[in-house]
Amino acid sequence: MTPRESDAVISAAAGTNEGNQELRSRSELTAKEVMREVGAVLRMSEADAALLAEVEADPGEDQTMIINMGPQHPSTHGVLRLMLELKGETVLRCKPIIGYLHTGMEKTGESLTFMQGGTNVTRMDYLSPLNSELVFSMATEKLLGIDGDIPERAVWIRMLLSELNRMSSHLLFMATNGMDIGAVSMMLYGWREREIVLRFFQKVTGLRMNHNFIRPGGVAADLPAGWRDDVMSILDMLPDRLGEYDVLMTNQPIWRERLQGVGVITQAEAIALGATGPILRSTGLAWDLRRDMPYMHYDQLEFDVIVGSYGDAFDRYAIRLNEIRESMRIVRQILDRVPSGDYRIQDKKVTPPPRARIDESMEALIHHFKIFTEGFKVPEGEVYVAIESPRGEVGCYIASDGSPTPYRMHVRAPSFVNVQALPHMMRGGLVADAVAVISSVDPVLGEVDR
Amino acid sequence: MSSEVTTTPATLHGCLLGESRGQSVLFVPRQSYIATMKKLVDDGYEMCVDLTAVDFLTHNARNLPEGVAPERFEVVVNLLSLSKRERLRVRVQISESDPRIDSLFDLYPGTEAMEREVFDMFGISFTGHPDLTRILMPEDWQGHPLRKDYAQGRIPVQFKGAAS
Amino acid sequence: MGIVRNVLDDGLEGLDHNFLTGRIEDLIKWSRSRSSWGATFGLACCAIEMMGTGAPHYDLARFGMEVFRASPRQADIMIVAGRVSQKMAPVLRQVYDQMMEPKWVISMGVCASSGGMFNNYAIVQGVDQVVPVDVYAPGCPPTPETLIHAIETLHQLIEDGEIMRRRASSGAGANVHIQEIPAGITTPVILGAR
Repeated sequence: MTPRESDAVISAAAGTNEGNQELRSRSELTAKEVMREVGAVLRMSEADAALLAEVEADPGEDQTMIINMGPQHPSTHGVLRLMLELKGETVLRCKPIIGYLHTGMEKTGESLTFMQGGTNVTRMDYLSPLNSELVFSMATEKLLGIDGDIPERAVWIRMLLSELNRMSSHLLFMATNGMDIGAVSMMLYGWREREIVLRFFQKVTGLRMNHNFIRPGGVAADLPAGWRDDVMSILDMLPDRLGEYDVLMTNQPIWRERLQGVGVITQAEAIALGATGPILRSTGLAWDLRRDMPYMHYDQLEFDVIVGSYGDAFDRYAIRLNEIRESMRIVRQILDRVPSGDYRIQDKKVTPPPRARIDESMEALIHHFKIFTEGFKVPEGEVYVAIESPRGEVGCYIASDGSPTPYRMHVRAPSFVNVQALPHMMRGGLVADAVAVISSVDPVLGEVDR
Repeated sequence: MSSEVTTTPATLHGCLLGESRGQSVLFVPRQSYIATMKKLVDDGYEMCVDLTAVDFLTHNARNLPEGVAPERFEVVVNLLSLSKRERLRVRVQISESDPRIDSLFDLYPGTEAMEREVFDMFGISFTGHPDLTRILMPEDWQGHPLRKDYAQGRIPVQFKGAAS
Repeated sequence: MGIVRNVLDDGLEGLDHNFLTGRIEDLIKWSRSRSSWGATFGLACCAIEMMGTGAPHYDLARFGMEVFRASPRQADIMIVAGRVSQKMAPVLRQVYDQMMEPKWVISMGVCASSGGMFNNYAIVQGVDQVVPVDVYAPGCPPTPETLIHAIETLHQLIEDGEIMRRRASSGAGANVHIQEIPAGITTPVILGAR
C-alpha cells in the first residue's frame, strides 16, 4: 500500500481528515506556494502606472493608492525606484524598478582586455570594489589555469584588502542605516571611521575608491613600508568606536522599536529568492562562502559566521556590526601570516615586466607592449567563480573564445537578487518601515544595474 | 592492435554532463529543461544563483560535447546546493529562429529578475514568466544590447592614436 | 534729532554708530554664495565621495553647504554625481526644472562631465546634453578636495556676479573646467616594481 493509500485508510477509520501526510517534494511546489506572501509584487508596468494619475478617483471609495518612491530620493541608496501600493499607511504590494544606473558594463567588458577588465568591474559594486576586482581576477585566473600558482604573498594581500573592504562597506552601512532610521549623527561617525580605512587604501593602491589593484596574476603593487602599523592603528581605533555604536544604537529602545520585526523574511523565502549574505544569515542559515566553500586561504583562519534568528532588519544590522568585529579578527590573523615573496605571478605572458627591466631587455619591452595594447590571450572555455562580498555571493561568469578580451563577461551581483526580496519584506508593513527595509537590504545600485 | 578504451560520456538525468576547468556542466536540451531542473531541485540544488545567456553569433565553433548541437544563444543557469556545498552549471542551447525557453520562476522565484534581464539584453522569451518586460533599459527601447550584432554605441572621440 | 542732524551736516561720515553700508546686489550675491544648499543627485561612486566630502574629515558645511536638500525646491546647486543612464536622463531634467532660480549645476566626475570610461549605448555622454553645467569637476571619482575646489570656484563665480550675467545673456552654463586635486599622498605607489 502506498503511503497515500494508507493515510486514506487511517483517516477513514478514525473519521478524520489528516490531509497529505507526505511532504511534497520541493520541485512540485509552485512559486506561489513557496513564497509565503502571495501577491507581494505589484505587477504593473510603469506606463500603466503613469496613466493612473489621469483616472478619476472616487472619494467615497476606500481605495488603495499607488505612489512612487524615487528614483531621486534621499533614502533609496542610489537610484532605486519603488512603486508602492498603499492602503492608508500599510504597504500592500511593491514593485522595485531598476535600470536607472544601467551602464552597459557587460557590453563594455567585452571590448576591454582581461587586464583592463578590473577597471570596469570595480565600478559595479562601488562600496566593495576590491571584492569585485577579486572575483573577476579569480575567474580569469581559473580560465588561464594559473589559479593554483598565485604567490602566497599575493593571496594574503588579497585577503587583507578584501577584509578591510568588508569593514569599510559595513561601516558605510552603519552610517546610511543610521541616517535612514533617523540617527543622523551615525552618518558622521560611520564616515569618520571609513575615512581611516580609505586612507590606508590610498596608501596601498593609490586611490580611495575604484582601485583597480587586484589584477589577474596577483596584485598591482607591493604593500608600502609601514603598512603593519597603519593596519594596527585601524584595529586599535575601531573596537571602542563599535562599542559606542552599541551604546548609541543597539541597546536603544527607539532603535529596537524601529527595526525589530520589520522586514521579516523566512529562510525558505530567502533561499527561493536566491538572497545571500546578511539577508540569508539573518534567517538563521549559517551560509558564508568563506567558510562553506572556502577560497584563497580562508580555511586556515579562525572566524565565526554571524547568524540571526528572526530574519528582520534588526538582525541584519546586528550581523553587519558583528561582521566588522569578525573582519578585524581575521585581519589580525592575516597580519601575522603575510609572507615575503612575489606580489604577482612571474608568468611573463600574464603579468607585465617590472618597469626597470623594460630599459634593459628587448623581450621585456615586447611583453609589456603586447600585454598593454593587445592583452594576453586566455584559452577558450567558461567558468563561474563566486566569493563572499559584504552583500552576499558575488560571482563572475566569463566565457572566453581564445582572444584577449572576454567573449561574455557577466557578474552575478548580490544586490540584483536581493532587491527581489524587497516586496516580500515590505508587504503588510508601514510606509515608514519601507525605508528601514531598503536600508537593511543594503543594495548598491551600481551592481544591480551594471 | 590498439587497445582503445571507449568511455561512455557521463550523463545526469539523461543529459550530458561535462566539465569546464574543474566545474561540472550539464547540457540540457530545451524540451526537457523543466523536467531536468525539477529533478535537480529534488537532488538538493536549492538555490539558483545565476541565470544568464551568451550570444555565440561570432564564435559558433565552440567546444561542445558530442551530441550537443550548437545554437546561437545559450542560457546558462548556475545552481548551488547549500546542503552538499556543490555547484552545477546548466547550459541550454536556444536557436535564433525560436528564442524561447520555459521560465524557472515557479521552481526558483529568484529567477524573475534574472530572466527579465536576459529578455531585455538578448531577446530570449521565457514562457510562464509573470512579468516579462524590460528591466534595465527604458520600456520603449528598441533592440537587445548584449547581442553581438548590436553595436556598443560609442560616440567618436577625438583621441590621437587610439584605435576606436 | 542728533543722528539726522549728523547725517545732514556731514553725510555718511556723520554716522558714529556701527553701520555697515553696501550695495544690495553685493549682499545678495554674498549670501547666495555662502549659503547655497545642494540638491541630492548622487547616482553612483561619485555620490559616495560626495557624502565623504560632507563627512567630518572634509566637512562641506563650513563652506555653507550645510545640508543636502532632497527636495529640489529648496536647493540651489545640483551636483550631478555619477553616471547618467538613458533611463535617468528625463528624471535629471525634471529635477533640474523643479529647482528654483537661481540655480547652478556642478558636474562631478568624468562620467557626468563627458560619459567617462563608459562610451556606450547606455550612458549619456555628458550631462551638459541635458542640463546647462557651470563647473566640471574631473576625477573618477574626484577626491573630496577636488569637489571642494569645484564648489568654491562656483561660489566665487556667484559672488562676482559673472554667472548671473552669463545666464541672462545666453541661458547656458558657465562651462568652467577645473583641475583635479589629488588627495595628499606621501609616497607614490609604484606599480610593477618587481
